[in-house]
Amino acid sequence: MARAVTQKRKLIATLAAWTIGMAIFFPILWTIITSFKTEAEAIADPPSLFWFDWTLENYNVVNERSNYPLHFMNSVIISLGSTLLGLIIAVPAAWSMAFVPGKRTKDVLMWMLSTKMLPPVGVLIPIYLISRDLGVLDSRLALVVILTLINLPIIVWMLYTYFKEIPGEILEAARMDGATLKSEILYVLTPMAVPGIASTVLLNIILAWNEAFWTLNLTAAKSAPLTAFIASYSSPEGLFYAKLSAASTMAIAPILIMGWFSQKQLVRGLTFGAVK
Amino acid sequence: MGNITLKQITKSFGDVQVIPPLDLEINEGEFVVFVGPSGCGKSTLMRLIAGLEDVTSGSIEIDGRNATETSPAKRGLAMVFQSYALYPHMSVRKNIAFPLRMAGMSKEEQNAKVEAAASVLNLTDYLERRPGQLSGGQRQRVAIGRAIVREPAAFLFDEPLSNLDAALRVGMRMEISELHKKLATTMIYVTHDQVEAMTMADKIVVLQAGNIEQVGGPLELYHRPRNTFVAGFIGSPKMNLFSGEEATKLGGDTVGIRPEHLNVSTESGMWKGRVGVSEHLGSDTFLHVHDTGLTDLITVRVSGEMAVHHGDTIYLSPDMDKLHRFGADGLRLA
Repeated sequence: MARAVTQKRKLIATLAAWTIGMAIFFPILWTIITSFKTEAEAIADPPSLFWFDWTLENYNVVNERSNYPLHFMNSVIISLGSTLLGLIIAVPAAWSMAFVPGKRTKDVLMWMLSTKMLPPVGVLIPIYLISRDLGVLDSRLALVVILTLINLPIIVWMLYTYFKEIPGEILEAARMDGATLKSEILYVLTPMAVPGIASTVLLNIILAWNEAFWTLNLTAAKSAPLTAFIASYSSPEGLFYAKLSAASTMAIAPILIMGWFSQKQLVRGLTFGAVK
Repeated sequence: MGNITLKQITKSFGDVQVIPPLDLEINEGEFVVFVGPSGCGKSTLMRLIAGLEDVTSGSIEIDGRNATETSPAKRGLAMVFQSYALYPHMSVRKNIAFPLRMAGMSKEEQNAKVEAAASVLNLTDYLERRPGQLSGGQRQRVAIGRAIVREPAAFLFDEPLSNLDAALRVGMRMEISELHKKLATTMIYVTHDQVEAMTMADKIVVLQAGNIEQVGGPLELYHRPRNTFVAGFIGSPKMNLFSGEEATKLGGDTVGIRPEHLNVSTESGMWKGRVGVSEHLGSDTFLHVHDTGLTDLITVRVSGEMAVHHGDTIYLSPDMDKLHRFGADGLRLA
């Protein structure tokens, strides 16, 4: 009897999980499907899910009109660059906050987090003007720096949480064993924090890849990443759903594939510390 | 090598002074145990010697050189931590070799030293394993191995046995004592367990609230505790301490007598009492005696064969020459 109940529960839970999963995934699926339709079919009412003439025409048009490889490379450079730069700054910062906390460490952490509460548009004008005066509008380097600063609080916070889990005695042992600060971080702390650093890196790449506000506002043609590439297909008249979908699919595919292969790492990273 | 001198050192955390001015001399080759209740500052004192904490004032000399400002690595001391503090991502071999690698020693030299240490510690078969695949005792030995290879001026042990089970603890206690005989290097050992202190030490430093209460050999502390704190702390079960009329009669404000120095009779004696709990250990029996008029509870050690029951009335008489007399300030008289 008891077994029957658990079987039934299991079934319901499984169904519920799949329903929620599909509901979340559906917009992405719809985008992908729409990208294979003609523009007429894309706006047809009622829309058809699978039974239409599948076409690759949108992808051809998008490839002809835009320089996808350029935008793709920009996205890669910006997201990897900002993640790497962020890590170089955040590892020592998180180290000092986790292992040699001062009186105000908690306040500094909260202050960093509070910068994420500010609507980005609030600093758009100053940052735009500064970028213009420095002559770095539409430059990948400027975007790398800005995205690093935008995501730095999250990187520091995540690393701080991971580092906190590492027993301080091990680092003291390293110090007694003659490790300099550099070798302590390089040979002891970092290898022990690899799972945490990996999920921090993955999450940050995803955040940087999808970041649209700054990339749209501070780039024109040269350094525009994939977000700008998608935006160039969204016209107010809304007559190019199929092409927009094709562009979106091309933009999200790389990050989706990366996310798929690293989902284990990501889930572990994001739930780390929540359940001990 | 291995002379450590502490001169008027103090340590404060914020406004709280955990170590008041303190002097201590540790001689070459000595096995010194810091013992005291939790929070007495014994671990802090060790960390000050190790250099993991900075002294607030005073100086630390190692082998005649002022090491107060020297970094932990350069003091030439090796430490074994309570949690072992092994590097979980490295094999046993790499763990033990880590200090050598940091010192920039060649691979061949590293391996030779690691293997020598491993054979001393029976770790040869485990060199390629990770710490996670070892038992508690083996991890402890790896931690000791990592200390040995550095050939330090002194070893520092911070409660190294408290994570082990009772049987293993006795074994490791022997091994560490054995190691001390073999290496003849200064060892400083922190523990809250007075049995460990008594069995291992050449010299015991009893600490309370950062103050050194007494420094001396195990038997010296046992026979001539300098004050009531040391009297109550050293020895198991604890010394019986009482004050009042009976104490004055015996010539002290507080008088102490160890459980093993009380004679029990069912007919007559100096003090009459009622037996409460008796703990039978086989070889010995510890009687908890109440209603003696001295203090709430007097502990007595009798032989394992003695048949005494709960509620029995018994008479106690102390060995008069084994009494410890203390003045009103808690210090030993004469």
